[in-house]
Amino acid sequence: MSTRLTARRRRMGTRTARRRAARTGQYLALLGYLVFLAFPLLWLVSTAFKPPRELASLHPGWIPDHPTLDNFRQAFDEQPLLRSAGNSLIASLAAAAITVVIATPMAYVMARHHRSPLSRAATGWIVVSQAFPFVLVIIPLFLVLKEVRLIDSLSGLIMVYVVWSLPFALWMLAGYARAVPRELEEAAAVDGASRARTLISVTMPLLAPGIVATALFAFITAWNEFFFALVLLKSPQKQTMPVILTHFIGAEGVADLGPLAAASLLATLPSLVLFALIQRRITSGTLAGAVKH
Amino acid sequence: MTADSARSDQGSAPPPPTATGKGPGRAANGHRAWFLVLPALIPILLLSVGPLLYGIALAFTDAQAGRTDPTQWIGLLNFQDLLRDTLFWESFRIGLVWAVAVSVPQFLLALGLALLLNQNLRFRWLSRALAIVPWAMPEVVVGIMWRLVYHPDAGLLNETLGTHRDWLGSLSTALPAVVVVGIWARLPQVTVTLLAGLSNVPRELHEAAAMDGAGAWRRFRTVTWPAIRPIALAISALSFIWNVNSFALVYVLTGGGPGGRTRLPMLFAYEEAFRYGQFGYAAAMGCVLVAVVSILLAVHLVARLKGDDDT
Repeated sequence: MSTRLTARRRRMGTRTARRRAARTGQYLALLGYLVFLAFPLLWLVSTAFKPPRELASLHPGWIPDHPTLDNFRQAFDEQPLLRSAGNSLIASLAAAAITVVIATPMAYVMARHHRSPLSRAATGWIVVSQAFPFVLVIIPLFLVLKEVRLIDSLSGLIMVYVVWSLPFALWMLAGYARAVPRELEEAAAVDGASRARTLISVTMPLLAPGIVATALFAFITAWNEFFFALVLLKSPQKQTMPVILTHFIGAEGVADLGPLAAASLLATLPSLVLFALIQRRITSGTLAGAVKH
Repeated sequence: MTADSARSDQGSAPPPPTATGKGPGRAANGHRAWFLVLPALIPILLLSVGPLLYGIALAFTDAQAGRTDPTQWIGLLNFQDLLRDTLFWESFRIGLVWAVAVSVPQFLLALGLALLLNQNLRFRWLSRALAIVPWAMPEVVVGIMWRLVYHPDAGLLNETLGTHRDWLGSLSTALPAVVVVGIWARLPQVTVTLLAGLSNVPRELHEAAAMDGAGAWRRFRTVTWPAIRPIALAISALSFIWNVNSFALVYVLTGGGPGGRTRLPMLFAYEEAFRYGQFGYAAAMGCVLVAVVSILLAVHLVARLKGDDDT
């Protein structure tokens, strides 16, 4: 009896020991992950606040000895940051607004008539569009936009951004639209509401959070976009923030590290804030949702 | 397969009388559906499908920037030139190496992380919060940030290792250095997607398997993996495509250098089109890329369907 008990206790002992070892391993892995993720970020922040003398020193530390905001001031002096931020803001706001306005009706149709040929074609197109090499689309777009004099103009860029974020917007919105219970719409119809009336006062309010999330996502996508802006915008006063950032890196790759880091931080802030707001919606409602349904 | 049948179940639910019922109401509704679809459909056709077809057509012409005489149809000449263009094949090879070298470790890391973040660990919230930061950052900033890390004089890496290497500038380290950034940049997308997939895993099944004495690896293979398989296949295919089409990250990090060591196909095509004005030739490169990606995608999908038949 007693020997059996001790044997059992010993067995449980090794099991807890093994579990504890596994836990330790897990925490170590988590630590490694946090280091890999956080260190470059912290270095960017640290560089942005370092005075030139510390940047030039042989052993730049983690925390600036004399933190300064000069890099930010200098960044604004060196490049037209404010104007490029304005350009980015206009392009992103317009792209986000237009995208959701034109995508919402189609996404609704896709969700409600998802077995129609149209919805199937749309879904197929969404998948295929993920595989477009941008070169194959940007060369003809460049030629066409040049023909209609929309090169080097924000309007041209906005048009491209709208079409570029449409697949994902449709994908997200159709997911949200599917989640709106049909029964509510039916109830409204039974109560005598017209179809338009039902859409406006029943469906839209329920869809609103999804529309906002999609708009914010389209905004972030446009705000961060680089390739199309690089190709389509030539004059510095038209360029968006990501393109202006690359001007800090000279032709020979020499850069003023402090202002470069400072400007980069500023360019990241808006999308970081918005992303934090809609993080949960994006992470739960996008690809996984699409695969699940 | 299960996803598809779930979808058709949903669709075969009794249709609401006003929405899709038979009779005149249905026809009217069909018309309205077209009306609702047009605002999105027209831009898609004009600015996406149209340019794509135009782009394919361009590949068979000698279109150039600033050309005065009319563009001519030259058949397969661009593709014949491409076949002989060793620089292109070199960049093509680099592109494939890059895509595999980024996608595979990225997927394995992300899978490990997703399993980890699915556990009840402390600091999980912090990890989850941090995990999405790279996703929110502009690719250009990610590139700039890593330039600072790799910087020969003021860089974090040299500072930590006590070395003075020019990681991005030397022939042997440039591609590996860029690959690390590629993994870092999209780790969140893959991780978060897999994490969402893990929420599909039936907990009872997991517990039952544990009660039966199944070890961690066995539980993963028999319970977890089958549940997340569709999502895992989808995200791995997507991330591979994203990586084949990478541009901004490497453009900022190395510009394709040193000596073309990191010149991904997209950078090559960009230079060909917008620096040298060879639109037709660059379009042909784009076509080759599309063809290769489509073939890989098809193989992936076939594997997926096959796997679904097995289960």
